[in-house]
Amino acid sequence: MSVTFYHTRLGKILRSGAACVLALGLLSCSEKAPEQKAAQTAPAAKSASNAALTGLKGAPARVRRLTPEQYANTLHYVFGDDISAGQPFAPLARTDGLLASGAASISMTVGELQQLQRNASSVAVQIIDKGNAETRLAPRRDYLIPCKPANVAAADDACAAKFVKQTGRLLYRHPLSEATISKFVADAHRGASDLKDFYAGIGVVIEGMLIDPNVLLVADTTEPDPQRPGQKRLDSYALASRLSFFLWDAAPDDALLQAAEKGELQTPKGRARAIEMMMASPRLEAGVRAFFDDMFGFEDFAITTKDATVYPMITGQTMIDAREQTLRTIVDLLVTQKGDYRDLYTTRHTFMSPYLAPIYQVRPTMGWVPFDFPADSPRVGLLSQVSFLALHSHPARSSATKRGKALRELLLCQPVPPPPPNVDFSAVENPDARLKTARARLEVHRTNPVCAGCHKITDPMGLALENFDGAGRYRDTEKGEKVDISGSLDGTNFNTVEGLGKALHDHPALPSCLVKRMYSYGTGGPLSTSDNSAVTALTGAFAQDGYRVPDLMRMIASSDAFTEVVDLPPPPARTAGLTPTGVAVK
Amino acid sequence: MVHMMNRRRILRGMLNGAAVSVALPILDVFLNANGNAFADGSPLPVRFGTWSWGLGLTKQIFVPKQTGANFELPEEIQALAPVKQHINLFTNFDGFRDANPNLCHKTGWVIMRAGAAPANQTDLPGETIDVTVAKTIAGPTRFQILTATSTGNARDTFSYQNATSVNPADISPLQFYGKLFGGDFQNPNLPEFKPSPRVMVRKSVLSGVMDRTQDLTKKIGASDKARLDQYYTGLRELERQFDLALTKPEPRAACVVHPAPEEDAPMGLDVELVTARHKMMTDLMVLAAACDQSRVFNLAFAAAFAATTKKGYDKPHHTATHEEPLDGVVGYQKECSYFIRRQMEGLAYHIGAFAKFKEGDGTLLDNMLIYATTDQSLARLHQIDGLPMFTAGRAGGKIKTGLHISGATTAGQAGSPGTRLGYTAMKIMGVDLPSWGAQSNNTSKEIGEILV
Repeated sequence: MSVTFYHTRLGKILRSGAACVLALGLLSCSEKAPEQKAAQTAPAAKSASNAALTGLKGAPARVRRLTPEQYANTLHYVFGDDISAGQPFAPLARTDGLLASGAASISMTVGELQQLQRNASSVAVQIIDKGNAETRLAPRRDYLIPCKPANVAAADDACAAKFVKQTGRLLYRHPLSEATISKFVADAHRGASDLKDFYAGIGVVIEGMLIDPNVLLVADTTEPDPQRPGQKRLDSYALASRLSFFLWDAAPDDALLQAAEKGELQTPKGRARAIEMMMASPRLEAGVRAFFDDMFGFEDFAITTKDATVYPMITGQTMIDAREQTLRTIVDLLVTQKGDYRDLYTTRHTFMSPYLAPIYQVRPTMGWVPFDFPADSPRVGLLSQVSFLALHSHPARSSATKRGKALRELLLCQPVPPPPPNVDFSAVENPDARLKTARARLEVHRTNPVCAGCHKITDPMGLALENFDGAGRYRDTEKGEKVDISGSLDGTNFNTVEGLGKALHDHPALPSCLVKRMYSYGTGGPLSTSDNSAVTALTGAFAQDGYRVPDLMRMIASSDAFTEVVDLPPPPARTAGLTPTGVAVK
Repeated sequence: MVHMMNRRRILRGMLNGAAVSVALPILDVFLNANGNAFADGSPLPVRFGTWSWGLGLTKQIFVPKQTGANFELPEEIQALAPVKQHINLFTNFDGFRDANPNLCHKTGWVIMRAGAAPANQTDLPGETIDVTVAKTIAGPTRFQILTATSTGNARDTFSYQNATSVNPADISPLQFYGKLFGGDFQNPNLPEFKPSPRVMVRKSVLSGVMDRTQDLTKKIGASDKARLDQYYTGLRELERQFDLALTKPEPRAACVVHPAPEEDAPMGLDVELVTARHKMMTDLMVLAAACDQSRVFNLAFAAAFAATTKKGYDKPHHTATHEEPLDGVVGYQKECSYFIRRQMEGLAYHIGAFAKFKEGDGTLLDNMLIYATTDQSLARLHQIDGLPMFTAGRAGGKIKTGLHISGATTAGQAGSPGTRLGYTAMKIMGVDLPSWGAQSNNTSKEIGEILV
């Protein structure tokens, strides 16, 4: 048995046989999985919070495409971490602050399906892999296919059916119908016969599964809600999927599907048990990482580069580690320490890697290690981490405006208007050698009243980070002139990075923004007016619970709004197009 | 086979960015006596390509002083001299936003590619010109459209299927090679053909997927049905692709199969890296055209918000358009002009690569129309009037080349819609369209000066 085998859900299910599969059930299991044991001791959501969250309206039913990470996480769960999932999807459009919300409106093109087919073929080849005797790589087919065919060069319907039934249930996120199983078995039979290879037949079936919209799209299928006559709620399997993609960023596991099969998720106690099991699982970390990676716009790391002549110490690995540092900080504070979300912006505790040490100008480390910046250090909170500073800078210099804009839009959910198209930059274009610092240059820029409006929104807090250059390194001066980092955030003045962090920590929009994004992320689409009551109630409950993010996740997942389905609100009226034809406005 | 070996030797090094400079032998057996059609009388395929550059022009050194055939190339587009006979240059054509806002670096290109001004930054363009053309000319090819970018970002695409779906760009030359000439590629010039039993089984599996797709349609709301319908259409196209794979491909005289690049091009936005990737993507598109893998190509040298950088200069191209001072001597932004000149070098390479690749009695470019647009005219002020555009190629003899056409009209009046060129291009490609564009960008008037 290979290590990989033990790390795949399919391997675990198959290894222990049907009896053990039943034993993994949430309620009937006598020998519960470790996460279930932990769940029994985990605190339930506070009753006061729960009371505030009953009777809330839900979101509309949606059909959303898997994100690349959800696709990969699901394949890794089912087939093992060493399966290369590829990059078969078109990029999502950031919608209402989240890429995940863009998944609810994107359509699949012909080209994308062709790419998915090629990718599915590549995945299938890996799953039915014969192994390599020379390199002692075990054949994956030996542990990912639950049985061995009587003749490897011929069809074996019984074995194919076993594979289709077990794997299909995990990929489709519900048990397959007998008709679907029969069709796949017939395809596997034909493939094995025509190609004279049982595993080739299985491979083509896997390809078919991985281009099926029932696998790649997450549809909020509904059923009548017995508690609200005339209204709808998610059916059990759709609810299992919504819970799993929210909390784990992956398809439901075997235990959650069993809970859905038994109807347990539709009872308050059963749903609470399932949520506690998921919250206690190590897989919660993947869910938390995925959410913050999306909310913080970290997909831009893939395209962020720095000018090597200005920042020679920045490598591709530096940027990878910068992203990782922030995600580790988040998981440690919010999940491990169960800390206050707002403390992310004032904490001095983080993690350091050998590639980041030169940027932070600290002693090199051996691998990733916990790290505390001293009390007199200007490094305080996420805003002073390389991920924020370098991502929101130019390739060869810092940008107070980009940093301020990111703070407003990503952390406070306050959109900053785009610059006017016909702005006169003549003031900035004046190559006055006396304008050495960003503050001096921006002050000139703000003499243009058209520019001043928006720059007043972004620059006062962005300038407070000017002690850090475009790579995130500390500096006292810019072009020989001392940097002034005084600033303000909506009425709170400061003259240190710590002061900025505290102002952000205490800003009322900080937690409410997180609630909006997380609720939107959990329910699978952008907010609409029907979500207002849920977001308001959750924001209050989040504060009452001390801004603990796992508690917020639990409250969202437990709320009525999470499972109840409302009709789609009418789209906003568009004013464009009302201009009479022929009226040209340049 | 001897021919193929020779061609491989000739093409060695092509994917390292060196244009094909040696005429390839013509496999006359595939062509008619005149070399301008296949032996069975069917015409050589006509292709359509789009090419995109970022951040417009420096008007005083980009727009030629003369119009018509004998124009001189100003210094910013001097790089086009080797391909001048293959191009038409269009200047002083306008985009109209009507009541919509002028969305920086978006309104201009969306008008030129989709014919209508977008209402906001999240408003997707709708069907772009390449998609419309592909519906008419794609024919029995493996890829309806090939889309690539030199920027390293799959989001940098100007191709949209409709208002909810984007055609993402390929960013890796190595992966692009694999897509074109990897496992499923069938060399059209091989004498023997045996249908793949694996493809036959795939087709059977696909029928089940299509059935289940229709079942899913019954379970979802009306607003999502259109998206699932599009998915189903994609599966139908996949089915057509399987049928195509089970059919012996028509021989293609110009097709050569080149070994895969040994390594991928490094990512990054430095102009040298972007140029290297652009050359590799161009070379691969040339090979794809020659082997008739697709008849519609999109390549972007830069994004609309071009972020290309230059070593030692602290501003990316877009930032420079707003922050670089006008040079006191020459009167324009010199660094911005540097970036535009590098893009024009890219355009010259792109056109030249198709022009140097023999097909029949001419070149691939003779049977092609390349439509090149940008996002702004004067990027510093986000202007969308006075937009520059190019065409290259003769589209199978349907258009003249070597002309500079100005869209300028009487001073003080709205200029000629830039959409006229897109409309003309679509008509040339055989698209049956009475008019194109919305509101002020609507036109039914071709640019007749270039028509044969």
